[in-house]
Amino acid sequence: MAVATVIEEQKKRTEETALITGSEAIAVACKLADVDVITAYPIRPYDTVMQYVCKLVANGEMDCEYICAEGEHSQFEIVKHASACGARVFCGSSGVGWMYAMECLTVTPALRVPMIAMVGNRALDDPGAFGVEHNDALAVRDLGWQLVWVDNPQEALDTALIAYRVAEDRRVFLPCAISCDGAFLTHSQALVKIPTQEQVNQFLPPYDRGDLLLHPDNPITVAPQGNEDWVMEIRRQNYAAMERTYGVIKEAYADFERIFGRSYGNPFFEEYMTEDADIVLIGMGTLSVSVKVAIRQMRKQGKRVGFVRMRWFRPFAAEELAKSLQRFAAIGVVDRDYSFGSPYAGGVLAGEVRHALYPGQGKKPPVLGFICGLGGREVTIPDVERMANAVYDAADGKKQPLTQWIGLRE
Amino acid sequence: MDTYVQVDPTQKLDAYKAVKKIPLDEYFTSGHRTCQGCESALVMKMMAKAAGPRTIVLGSTGCMYVANTTYYSTSWVLPWMHTQLGSSGSAALGAAAALKALMRKGKMKKEPINVIAFCGDGGGADMGVGAISATLTHPDYNCLILMYDNESYANTDIQLSGSTPWGANTTFSTPGSVRRIMHRRWKKNMAGMMAAGHPTCRYVATVCMSYGLAAMNSIRKALAIGGPTFIHSLDPCPKGWDYDPYISHELGELAVNTGIWPLYEVEDGVLKLLGRTQQIAAKKIPRQPVRDYLLKQGRFAHFTNDDIDYFQSKVDEMWEKWLVPGVIPFKADLEADAAPSS
Repeated sequence: MAVATVIEEQKKRTEETALITGSEAIAVACKLADVDVITAYPIRPYDTVMQYVCKLVANGEMDCEYICAEGEHSQFEIVKHASACGARVFCGSSGVGWMYAMECLTVTPALRVPMIAMVGNRALDDPGAFGVEHNDALAVRDLGWQLVWVDNPQEALDTALIAYRVAEDRRVFLPCAISCDGAFLTHSQALVKIPTQEQVNQFLPPYDRGDLLLHPDNPITVAPQGNEDWVMEIRRQNYAAMERTYGVIKEAYADFERIFGRSYGNPFFEEYMTEDADIVLIGMGTLSVSVKVAIRQMRKQGKRVGFVRMRWFRPFAAEELAKSLQRFAAIGVVDRDYSFGSPYAGGVLAGEVRHALYPGQGKKPPVLGFICGLGGREVTIPDVERMANAVYDAADGKKQPLTQWIGLRE
Repeated sequence: MDTYVQVDPTQKLDAYKAVKKIPLDEYFTSGHRTCQGCESALVMKMMAKAAGPRTIVLGSTGCMYVANTTYYSTSWVLPWMHTQLGSSGSAALGAAAALKALMRKGKMKKEPINVIAFCGDGGGADMGVGAISATLTHPDYNCLILMYDNESYANTDIQLSGSTPWGANTTFSTPGSVRRIMHRRWKKNMAGMMAAGHPTCRYVATVCMSYGLAAMNSIRKALAIGGPTFIHSLDPCPKGWDYDPYISHELGELAVNTGIWPLYEVEDGVLKLLGRTQQIAAKKIPRQPVRDYLLKQGRFAHFTNDDIDYFQSKVDEMWEKWLVPGVIPFKADLEADAAPSS
């Protein structure tokens, strides 16, 4: 019983290590964050987190209202209202489940509700697939959700704590979705350092809804009809809140390092072997695992390839990323998603990266887009080598399609 | 019992003995822009008054959202929050769950706070019926879901809902030269369905603000009894039903007196018919013909005598054939169902 083991170790007040999955890591984070209201609804692969939460509640390790909803729409609406009433909340979904909640996903950031949700990334129907694609979480990218991708269980746990800290900061009050690649992270175990409760309490202050609390002592009217008189000004407030997240995220990571003694470096993206790289690949989520292995192999053949793993997609650290990318001869963006009919028929991240590079003063390296790993298909080491070779060709000015599908059965 | 139902204490809300005992304090006041003669606005006012100041109200999209909460001129003295059209059940559950968790964990001062989520018939009988049903199965959370039924999507231009009466003229069922009756579905029996379908729900009632004191007392009982509860209110709507606003009150009475709108409550599974409905069932007063009700409303102006007869026959069936007259549409026997001749 991994959960029980984790809890036993917690009691010792020393940071212990446990072999747990990404989903379990987030359940442990919910326990450590003393979440008040959690809603569950089954859909693979995210729902494993709720199975762990259920055990924590049943074993008395966690005190929360744990509600099994009758659909994702209700699942998200229940916690939205609970958060408005001052409760720290957790929720989550995958694939079409996330899309079923779409109406609620639109109003949650608009209402400045700091909900934390886990997305176990899954391909949207149809045809049915349990495997990972990023289009589910990306569907809310324009709405005021903070979106972060993690690639291992330790990062999942740590990022969940950071997400509560950032989302519930009064300067922010925006929801955050933590994306964990279906199966590759939700169901894969790794050794995870479990922080002590004291550390978490030091890092994460209680949720204070302040003058936005829905309570008889504070009889406010929330979400009235604004219409053309006020909606634009209210949108501008959400814009300003999202702009403030950059600074609040940096603060949170700095405090995290100080309290937990673990550092993530640049919070927004991770750079791997970029110092001397000729070219780089950019991607999100667990494809980092095979990319990093492939890079190590390619370097033995003298190919100096680097990798940038985007962690925070919203907010998107465009200036910082552009500054970093201008060092390289060419860039390859690896998308585990699609955006049919988009500029150059590329993926979502490719469009963002090109957008980030355009306004800068410096060099503009060629950007190639790759679409791969859809529906949970593995991104293999030969796939990565193929992409790196194409990026080298782009650096040499060789003409080729701007978007290429990799690992496609011809 | 704690193992089975873990419900927090509720407010003590005794029935008002007479109109003069109703407090003068208002918690739904000026600032709204509902139509003249709007009975739903009256429901909001009386509901807030019956619940009192220690109450949180969640309102799903509909007339009582759009007309009542124009930014900067809210009519709510109580804390109020919008919820999505189909989410009254979820809103009630979420607020109640938050209060329960925060009070148990010492993060909020312990006190009984009423939670009311309201929805219109579109938000309740159509889109939100699943969420309402789910909430009524959660015995641990104190909340009331009130469905104000003006029998159409009255805020969006009077489109038919699952709660619109048979044959009514709405902008989605306009009579034409070839098809006179465009709406051929019988009105959903929401209160009966909620009572019959949720055995642990302790209180379900129908109300009509033409009988305001009784309606307020139903609301108070629903809030005080503990656990999730449901009230279905029939609200005459001058705009949607197409009548002169001064007869709103009279139309509510006619709906009851014709037997179209039975008033009842189901408390801990015990059915009690109320007021005029009880007298009709006991045959102390006759049911008025539905014609008296239908012909006062423009939405039935295209009805022929046959249409009225059909409507009357369906209402007669409610009272003469249903096992629980006016409430549950089960019948004891199949009638006029002779064995097929071989």
